[in-house]
Amino acid sequence: MRLLIIGNGITGVTAALTVRRLQPEAQITLVSDESEQHYSRTALMYVYMGHMRQQDIRPYDDWFWPENRLTLLHATATSLDTQARQVTLSNGQQLPYDKLLLATGSVSRLTGWPGRELRGVQGLYGLPDLARMEQDTHGIKQAVVVGGGLIGVELAEMLHSRGIGVTVLVRDAHYWGSVLPAAEARLVQQQFEHHGITVRYLTELAEIVGNAAGRVQAVRTTAGEELACQWVGLATGVTPNLALAQTSAVETDRGILVDEQLQTNVPDVYAAGDCAQFRQPGRGEVPIEQLWYTGRMQGETVAHTLCGTPTAYRRGVWFNSAKFFHLEYQTYGRVPVQPETGTDSFYWEHPGGRHALRLNFNSAPGHAVTGFNALGLRLRHAVCEQWISNQTPVREVVATLGAANFDPEFYRQHEADIVRRFNQQFPQHAAVLQRRKGLWG
Amino acid sequence: MSSSPAAPSLALAQPPLNDISLGEKAALTGIGLGFLALLAAAADADAWRARLSLYVALALISGGTLGWSWLKYGRKPAGLQHDNLWLRSSTSRGAVAWITAVVLTGFYVLLYWYSSPDDKGHFGLLNGLVHTLDPFSQLLRRRAADQWFLYGTFYTLAILLMGGRALWKYRHSRYQLIRTGSVMFFQLGFAFVLPGLLLFFQQPEFYFTYFWPLKYDYLLPGTVDYLVKDGQALGVFMVFWGAVMAFLATPVLTYFFGKRWYCSWVCGCGGLAETAGDPYRQLSDKSRAAWRWEVRIIYPVLALIIIVTAAMWLNQVLHGAVLGAAADGLYRFYGFFVGAVFSGVVGVGFYPLMGSRVWCRFGCPMAAYLGLLQKHFSRFRITTNGGQCISCGNCSNVCEMGIDVKQYAQRGEPIVRASCVGCGMCSTACPRGVLNLENGPREGRYAASTLIHADSLRILS
Repeated sequence: MRLLIIGNGITGVTAALTVRRLQPEAQITLVSDESEQHYSRTALMYVYMGHMRQQDIRPYDDWFWPENRLTLLHATATSLDTQARQVTLSNGQQLPYDKLLLATGSVSRLTGWPGRELRGVQGLYGLPDLARMEQDTHGIKQAVVVGGGLIGVELAEMLHSRGIGVTVLVRDAHYWGSVLPAAEARLVQQQFEHHGITVRYLTELAEIVGNAAGRVQAVRTTAGEELACQWVGLATGVTPNLALAQTSAVETDRGILVDEQLQTNVPDVYAAGDCAQFRQPGRGEVPIEQLWYTGRMQGETVAHTLCGTPTAYRRGVWFNSAKFFHLEYQTYGRVPVQPETGTDSFYWEHPGGRHALRLNFNSAPGHAVTGFNALGLRLRHAVCEQWISNQTPVREVVATLGAANFDPEFYRQHEADIVRRFNQQFPQHAAVLQRRKGLWG
Repeated sequence: MSSSPAAPSLALAQPPLNDISLGEKAALTGIGLGFLALLAAAADADAWRARLSLYVALALISGGTLGWSWLKYGRKPAGLQHDNLWLRSSTSRGAVAWITAVVLTGFYVLLYWYSSPDDKGHFGLLNGLVHTLDPFSQLLRRRAADQWFLYGTFYTLAILLMGGRALWKYRHSRYQLIRTGSVMFFQLGFAFVLPGLLLFFQQPEFYFTYFWPLKYDYLLPGTVDYLVKDGQALGVFMVFWGAVMAFLATPVLTYFFGKRWYCSWVCGCGGLAETAGDPYRQLSDKSRAAWRWEVRIIYPVLALIIIVTAAMWLNQVLHGAVLGAAADGLYRFYGFFVGAVFSGVVGVGFYPLMGSRVWCRFGCPMAAYLGLLQKHFSRFRITTNGGQCISCGNCSNVCEMGIDVKQYAQRGEPIVRASCVGCGMCSTACPRGVLNLENGPREGRYAASTLIHADSLRILS
């Protein structure tokens, strides 16, 4: 099989590695216009902050690719001819394929604000963005970040590391209003405060103002405020990169349309990761998933189909993680902003504001646990996943909470306090803490 | 095979950093002046003036280091503080790092080969400095200072001062606080004060925290004879202690806790690496080639010291009948190349260029011994948390032993490596809560998470 993969992000590379494992004789080529080698997109911020160098965020060493017979091409795929089964590259090369995987990822969504073309206005998605940010933030004093999501807080942290003053504009009433409950968002707000970042909630960008040289000099907000700044980060989301798909017969909507096996409307052409849009997403699932983890899982799933075992994508019990300045966040299962009807929610917060835990569970008998939010606490993925998929009663989960504790040794254990508060709030489910994590594991 | 890049070069220009506050600059200047005062102390022929220079130097260096640490870390919210690590000349093999390396290496060369006392008790180029410590040495050990007392004092001071820095820097992690406290305690108590007090009471100088094969002398016939004859009951206990620690306590403790119980909690070499060497931990080479060199060098060193020990005892028993002078030659060879050049000059002198654990990783026979136990006979492992790894590389970056931790984490596999000293920094640096040091049961120690592979039932229905 000649497998051609467009994109060397986590999806394309995971698919390539899985195919290599399943089909040792396959010819695998990966094309990327962004970088010669796969790198961890989620680690871009650490390069800017000087924690690591660019070569340190590559998950695999140079020898890895030739030793696993993975051919890497650094060029733009400019057109796709599904009839001739061939992709044309920017360097004129024509690549024939037996099977094609489109893993083209995303592009920053820079919706039509006046002034978005000014120098010093950009999103953060890939290496070219990082290089521009490096240039345009050098020696500046003030920056504005637009967007109260994960990239928004990352940009704020990056700029803060260089001593640049930051104001963040957030459309919602609290941080990450579409995902985090208000209580958790308040802890993130405390992180902003501790690091001297100004956040304007319920405020959007109205206009970006430039100077005579075509550089940004201020933004105007929907609240009518004008904020002087020399750089603007637009962190209002990403949208599937359809540039190559749109040169072909492959059907697209917002993303490249795929069935549950990640197959497009054209035989032997597949799409996975950020760029794929499910025609029929599962109940309660979104059609386009733009996370590192979902990209990896889609890449693994599509590899099985590519190797002749048609396999439906099931993302399983939801999980995600992030870090807001010094506050770590992990989530498992379903934890919506407001508890769904028929769901109860228990929230515990340490007085210091650096640790919190939310537990959601069914109100109906059985009281199965449905989701966890952990802030400043590390929870065992495998344990939480088991609890949720086995519909474990909340009382049992609370009683054995220590089994999910993944904090380092000697860290203060909060289980006793959590259980006490839980029993106060839900006396009908009162639990007795059974197991504590000890020195002996 | 890569074609020529289609996009323009993305190489990031490194801007000059401007993140050092005035206060920090003042503190750093104080440290610099302190080192100048140290030079003055070394050069001054007048004993009183030299001593005064030394006190001024120590005050400036101590105050400067602790003050700088507080200004740099103490004023910011507690949490991982690695900003600009690779952008600074001192911590990214820049000019400052090279100068530091040359100065450190030079000091070790002076110490090992140009400071032995001559017939008149003159300690070569370090003579001035050695004598400034005479009053302190009299107080602690009831005898005049020598070059090794000077070295021990500086070494302990480095661990205490840079330990103070580490306590500020990692104050958000109780594991790091307790572990740093432990290396400071063992260095000060067991590797400095106690050996001094033993001398004070006319007993043999003995370090209860160093064992064969790192402190190979302790189980060689010469030292054993001396301890038993000179130290009487206490000397017999010292020999017993050394043997029990090397052959009984080491396997047992390593079985329960991994090699970390020694390498990053007790050992003085480890103590210096974890404190003074902390700014350089990211410089260790993570490549596969480096790992191969590590295996090629460290196990032969262990084999060599076993051979040296066996040869010396054979000589002792047979009164030199079979090996004769060859055993002594082997012993001197080991002492020069491994004991002095490798562990001292390269081990510490190259901190700013090759990271803080060059000796521990490539040369230490104790680490090799502990590593074999840890790999094959221990409950210790670093667990990875399901599918949460994002391959960011922070764990590999901070690994002073050059383990490419993310290779395991991104596969969901536990890390069971002979070289891991259990400093816990990978877990501290992980932004997603993926890594944890655990002493679990030995069953399933290598089992990978099922949450990361497509083979798992979770993804494939």
